[in-house]
Amino acid sequence: MTLIHIAVFSTLALLYAVLVRGRGRAWALLAISVVAVYWLQPFVDVRYLDFAFPTATLLIAIGGWAATKPRDADTPSPIFTRDDLKTLIVVLGLVLAVAATRYLAPALRPTASRPPPIETVILGLALGLALIYGLARAIKGRQLVQAAIFAIIITFAIFKTDALASWLAALLRQNAGADPNLATPADLTWLGFSYIAFRILHTLRDRQTGQLPDLSLLEYLNYIIFFPALTAGPIDRAERFQEDHRALAAAAIFTPPRWVEGGGRIAVGLMKKFVIADSIALFALNGVNAHQAEGGALWLLLYAYTFRLFFDFSGYSDIAIGIGILFGIKLPENFDRPYLKNNLQSFWQSWHITLSNWARFYIYSPLTRALLRRKPRPSNAAIQFAGHMSTMLVIGLWHGVTWTFIIWGLWHGVGLFIHKMWSDRTRRWYNGLKDKPAQKRLWHGAGVVLTFHFVALGWVWFALPDAQTALSVFVKLFGGA
Amino acid sequence: MSGWKWLTQPQHPYTWGFVVRVLLKAALLFALVNVLYAALSPLDAIGRLSVYNWLVAGRVRLPYGEDPARAYNLSVDNIPTMFATHVISQPKADDEFRVILLGDSSTWGFLLPPDQTLSAFLNAQGLQLDDGRRLVFYNLGHPIMALMKDALLLEYAMQYQPDMVVWLVTAQSFPRSRQLEAPMVARNPARAAAFIRRYGLAYDTATLEAETDFMAQTIIGQRRPLADWLRLQLYGFMWDATGIDQYLPERYTLRQSDFEAGDVAWGEDFPQPQTLTVDDLAFDVLAAGHQVAGDVPLLLVNEPMFISAGENSDIRYNFFYPRWAYDQYRDLMTAQAEENGWHYVDLWRIIAPEAFTDSPVHMTPQGTEQLVQALAPHIMALLQGDSE
Repeated sequence: MTLIHIAVFSTLALLYAVLVRGRGRAWALLAISVVAVYWLQPFVDVRYLDFAFPTATLLIAIGGWAATKPRDADTPSPIFTRDDLKTLIVVLGLVLAVAATRYLAPALRPTASRPPPIETVILGLALGLALIYGLARAIKGRQLVQAAIFAIIITFAIFKTDALASWLAALLRQNAGADPNLATPADLTWLGFSYIAFRILHTLRDRQTGQLPDLSLLEYLNYIIFFPALTAGPIDRAERFQEDHRALAAAAIFTPPRWVEGGGRIAVGLMKKFVIADSIALFALNGVNAHQAEGGALWLLLYAYTFRLFFDFSGYSDIAIGIGILFGIKLPENFDRPYLKNNLQSFWQSWHITLSNWARFYIYSPLTRALLRRKPRPSNAAIQFAGHMSTMLVIGLWHGVTWTFIIWGLWHGVGLFIHKMWSDRTRRWYNGLKDKPAQKRLWHGAGVVLTFHFVALGWVWFALPDAQTALSVFVKLFGGA
Repeated sequence: MSGWKWLTQPQHPYTWGFVVRVLLKAALLFALVNVLYAALSPLDAIGRLSVYNWLVAGRVRLPYGEDPARAYNLSVDNIPTMFATHVISQPKADDEFRVILLGDSSTWGFLLPPDQTLSAFLNAQGLQLDDGRRLVFYNLGHPIMALMKDALLLEYAMQYQPDMVVWLVTAQSFPRSRQLEAPMVARNPARAAAFIRRYGLAYDTATLEAETDFMAQTIIGQRRPLADWLRLQLYGFMWDATGIDQYLPERYTLRQSDFEAGDVAWGEDFPQPQTLTVDDLAFDVLAAGHQVAGDVPLLLVNEPMFISAGENSDIRYNFFYPRWAYDQYRDLMTAQAEENGWHYVDLWRIIAPEAFTDSPVHMTPQGTEQLVQALAPHIMALLQGDSE
């Protein structure tokens, strides 16, 4: 989101609060979100792809809804209500309206480049919907959900793996009559797909376990593509979102507490992201300066990167939460002073909280439960090790299928495991410090410093483009040549 | 989240009255701060605040850069800001004989790392006076060709107690039309206008004074120099960490050697050959520079340039100069130096053509070293002559 996006969303929030009433609010959210999916999508250097990606986002979201929709045993296709149909028609109408802006001046288009011809868009939408409908009819119940999970993971893997993304980009370039040799993974910059994929996976998995509430298409789409959370989360939970969504019609939107809180969060977010983070970014560690700096200076760059990442990401989250509040949706918190935590477990409970929770719900808990049920049961240490490593590996891979993200994930997995073993063995002693406040404060402080540096050193893997560079930075940080 | 209690759990419930009061107070405060800022004009004072020479090492040349993200440097025009980043703002050592080098991108060291510029090679010579003082050279070159810009820098630099000034010039810095158009001059309008008035120079300061209206003096009007000041401070950490202050591309386009037949224009001011007079060139600014330097010895140097042997090189020396213009410039320069008693040395053709890079005045490290070998004796001769 740029400052222009934020200014426009804030202005829309004012109009929405003043002019839109009752059920109109949910429809207004849908309309803004659908257009925002296109508006926020950055330019992609392959013809029409910056229109195709947002359209695919909408179709995948509709597909996700179809796969999660409860149905009777004797009904082969999802139960479509009149409202769902109305939602579908509104979405399709909005997509066509966006496509029709191809006839307007570039400044009046919400898309990064000229949309494709209307007939191509109609054909694409028809094919997409026919595919969703056909699959929903052809594949029954649990298998449909499994197939949808599989499809999302495969798509995710392709887009997050540089080699596969380059291959697909070359294919798309060739198809568009462009030079395939110029293909790069950047050609497949698909706005918000990581977040959208994880939201859909959450609904699919909760559908499998019977925990997902019945969501209308309007609720589902508003949940998946809620525009403030498109670019950088948070990853809300459907049942929590639904509560706010259902309360929208009767909610008091234009009230001083809501506007002070929402406006305050946006202001803090702007300060964090556009003043602090963007300033620190000028001397934060990156793939170029990692080769240029040495020793003490490298530590400075690493600290700068550490704080830049926090202010950037948490600033975005504040802005998203603030805009959400103005529109009547209270998105979950994503950060809670993570660099002041005195152990790695607390850090992960306060850094990108919604992603951590997602991984805990869908990786850590099921895996450790399954291991606990195994006969013979593995040792507690083995279960903890497997749980932490798998969870952090998935969180690493969520950022990209590269060695650096894998190592970063494992770095934290090992850290969490060691912390768990350590805290299990020292809990009684630590609890005994209750009566020794000075000593407890000292240990707390030491924990904060240690945790901060463990996390900061972990960012070396995260920030740098390849493992070799990261390794050389580690060597230089600790005095090596 | 506990961290947001200050916002979500107010002591008194939020009301629209509260919101309106906050917005009004914020607007009033913003207006007041802008008016105060315009009244106090603190940009120069802010410019003197710097992390350089304190938290991070001072820069060895003035800030300039068109690719900040890779050069860790950027072009700023506020003169106090520029000097505050420079090593020259450090106290002068007792055994130091301070020599400042003025000039264009050639002196600044375009396409050269900081340790291969003219000042760096001169410092590497380890020159000393008979009384034991070390000659320490400071690079105050700046990649804009205009004598007025050099003169403004010289005037400001005098507070750093230079013991000698070496001013490298070339004809391209002389056309009168260039003097006020140089960005550093245009963006320091009050300082430039004052300089022009102080030394009675024949330039119309009306365009400069138009730039000093009220809005231009507010924070809103000066947001760019303020933001540049901040960015320059932040890039200081990268400069300190890497020693990089310029992005050096692996490849660049070599200076032009072949020219069109009949291409006799010298810039836009002189499209056809003509007789140049003293009034066509900014010798008055050179004279003002000498007044600024006062008793401090000032050596003028006509800097080396690329001399082409390519197509139509019989009418042009290089991309900058047709022969008719440059030859006249040299004659005028020599005559002016003699007439005014200026110390002047003409080194225009001492460097081999292959020692020039992307422009007729940018030199390779080898070319720069050659220049040092030629220039150092003139500097020493002037100083020894002075001390005699």
